[in-house]
Amino acid sequence: MTDSRPVLTMTGISKSFPGVRALHNVDFRLYPGEVHALMGENGAGKSTLIKVLTGVYGIDEGTITLGDEQVAFSGPMQASAAGVSTVYQEVNLCPNLSVAENIFIGREPRRLGAVRWGEVRRQARQLLTRLDLDIDVTAPVASYSLAVQQMVAIARAIDVQARVLILDEPTSSLDAGEVAQLFRVMRQLRDEGIAILFVTHFLDQVYGIADRITVLRNGTLVGEYPTAELPQLALVEKMIGKELDVLERIEEQPRRELAAVEGGTPFVAVSELGRKGAVAPFTLNIHAGEVVGLAGLLGSGRTEAARLFFGADRADRGEVAVNGTPTSLRSPIQAIEQGIGFCSENRRAEGIIPDLTVRENMILAMQAARGWLRPIPRRRQDELVEQYIKALSIRPANPDLPVRNLSGGNQQKVLLARWLITEPRLLILDEPTRGIDIGAKAEIQKLVVQLSDGGMAVLFISAELEEVLRLSHKVVVMRDREMVAQLDNDDTVDADRVMQTIASGSQREEANQ
Amino acid sequence: MSERLKPILSHRLFWPLAVLAVMVVANTIYRPGFLAVEVNNGHLYGTPIDILRLSAPLILVGLGMTLVIATGGIDLSVGSICAISGAIACLHISEASDQNSLVTVFTALAMALGAALVLGAWNGVLVSVIGIQPIIATLILMVAGRGLAQLVTEGQIITINSGPYRAIGLGHFLTLPLAIFIALGAALLVAALTRRTALGMIIESVGGNREASRLAGIRSSRMVFLVYVVSAACAAVAGFMMTANVSSADGNNAGLWVELDAILAVVIGGTSLAGGRFYLSGTIVGALIIQTLTTTVYAMNISPQTALLFKAVVVIAVCLIQAPAFRAKFGRRGRGTPPPAAPAQPRQKEEVTA
Repeated sequence: MTDSRPVLTMTGISKSFPGVRALHNVDFRLYPGEVHALMGENGAGKSTLIKVLTGVYGIDEGTITLGDEQVAFSGPMQASAAGVSTVYQEVNLCPNLSVAENIFIGREPRRLGAVRWGEVRRQARQLLTRLDLDIDVTAPVASYSLAVQQMVAIARAIDVQARVLILDEPTSSLDAGEVAQLFRVMRQLRDEGIAILFVTHFLDQVYGIADRITVLRNGTLVGEYPTAELPQLALVEKMIGKELDVLERIEEQPRRELAAVEGGTPFVAVSELGRKGAVAPFTLNIHAGEVVGLAGLLGSGRTEAARLFFGADRADRGEVAVNGTPTSLRSPIQAIEQGIGFCSENRRAEGIIPDLTVRENMILAMQAARGWLRPIPRRRQDELVEQYIKALSIRPANPDLPVRNLSGGNQQKVLLARWLITEPRLLILDEPTRGIDIGAKAEIQKLVVQLSDGGMAVLFISAELEEVLRLSHKVVVMRDREMVAQLDNDDTVDADRVMQTIASGSQREEANQ
Repeated sequence: MSERLKPILSHRLFWPLAVLAVMVVANTIYRPGFLAVEVNNGHLYGTPIDILRLSAPLILVGLGMTLVIATGGIDLSVGSICAISGAIACLHISEASDQNSLVTVFTALAMALGAALVLGAWNGVLVSVIGIQPIIATLILMVAGRGLAQLVTEGQIITINSGPYRAIGLGHFLTLPLAIFIALGAALLVAALTRRTALGMIIESVGGNREASRLAGIRSSRMVFLVYVVSAACAAVAGFMMTANVSSADGNNAGLWVELDAILAVVIGGTSLAGGRFYLSGTIVGALIIQTLTTTVYAMNISPQTALLFKAVVVIAVCLIQAPAFRAKFGRRGRGTPPPAAPAQPRQKEEVTA
């Protein structure tokens, strides 16, 4: 870290939206050649601070100084021209354009007004090589995994001679190897003197790479700390502003007994269910009150398997029985009628309806199940919505706000509420804790335990093994679009063993079904 | 700006209504008798009444168009459907022995409406089942429909002499033109269907995010199909009015370009072409603006060559005034208020009373 003057100073920043005070008198400094982690719960104002900085939003009060000049960017394009580039949490690329086109869109090298495509491809290849990525730059971005897309977005950002690089939760969709690769790139950029602002919810990543930490809570600044002087526990306390008892209680929770819930007719039993090109045929029983964890790497077929349970995709082979009665799940509404709910991992594309209010988003699934002719009475809607806003501590607690005005974590909670309102008997949660803060994560984990104690079956998908092991009665391991093992989550199962199973895929004989 | 005025100024109907008021005032200044209404034979006559009567078909088409646009689609075929339904109705009446028989007229209406529903279903299938982009899918019928109307009329203009049928366009009820009541009734029916049930929210949800709606258990495809059928039914009734006004069916010119006026009315009314939130009351005001404009152009003796240009200028002005980005830049309150300040007002009530 250098001890020169900050490259970026934000002073007394305030920003309000209708019904929400997103930032209040926040100071922030960023030095060249450092990785600076911006930490806080959902709705603490991290994303707003970044958007204010890059000119997506105007500021109500305060000043931003870049280098020696006071700046007020009118938009991300202007910001990146001045050397402040951003890679957002949700990849913002044009999926139908090629990798090279995406990297150079809007600033293609030209000669006499014509784009020099050869040059575009050559430079794109060069940039990606710097990131250790060897891919076909003429292929459309959509043909690559989310992780690769994220790297392309970073390549796009660092190309603009960046002085400040903002990474807004870049790792939430990356696996461990890819995170390591990203960190290597980040260190390299840092050593070149770029100031990196890094937002993440993974604490170990913060301690793995950040030089300093700034903590926000409820739109106000809590403080700025050198990473070495802020132990992990203290950081979490500063973020959530209360003692960690919730989290600790879950940590202390004994392993969950499979025997207690298994037995009798399973709520859902599928046998040899499969879909060509998505997931190989698999057999799985889920009992009432049972939490089944679905572990595996990104792209291992976890989501694809879950979608078959919900009828989001049609299975092309295999059988399904609900409560012992053979049935077919050909569409989501059929699954909902059988008491199944599905919270997608892709919040933006498959979850929220951005224009509709929090209230409407919450009651949507219940309303769909009732049919349009039987609207839910307004009083009942208000009751339900109020109840879940309180239970999930959704902020801001205003049911009439369009849901797009909420932060990502709170949108996630709205979606969770949408399904809880339908009182499902099996709830499928696909990465429900991804990209949300530790407090909300603990709340959701606690909720899963409560729900299953109350008799609800849960199919829990997560890339975080610790989380899966903590909550599940049974761990199902997916690998290469195949279900390779079902492990009774007893004392013999730990993260290492699951990891080995994922790696080797050879523990079929240990499957205990 | 006082705090009292703010909710009025930020109401989404404020600017369309203001434009309408300005046009009425301008007309009155130009021609002091503009607002005069007189009683003749127990019926009300006058320019305002004419505007209401003539805007009825546009309101009808606009209602259906609003729902289609709310799902993120568009229906270019409504003009052709007006022509086809008018042609079928007139053909059946012209072949009857007693053109004034109520039975004949109602049979004609039922036949034409049935045909329109089939055409709407065709659009719906193309868009929701086959997945053709709405603008292309309905373009097919927009073009082919004119041919279909010509086929029905055999290339002739069918002239009829039927009192009951003419009443749809020119008849009176409670001193006011019957057409006004038909449009009002349709508006109330659509408003009740969408806002008293959950249909409106479901349509908005499908328009906002079709895949997410499907995963929430909504039969998205079925909803998309439905709105095209409703749109065709609205267009059919509008077609009856247009042909009843002139007691003849012209396959070429009945409902010509009405789709464009309807889209304009919807947009002026505040519904986004991207789909999502829709405002029936806004569409009605939009239709009134367009009809007032047309009447103004005629009344001011603006030559037909320049009339369209004049209309375009006013429409651009209305759209600009409404655009939040434009207002933020040039308005007096240009403090850069963020656009998503959607007023969460008791929308339901206005829609029904509008």
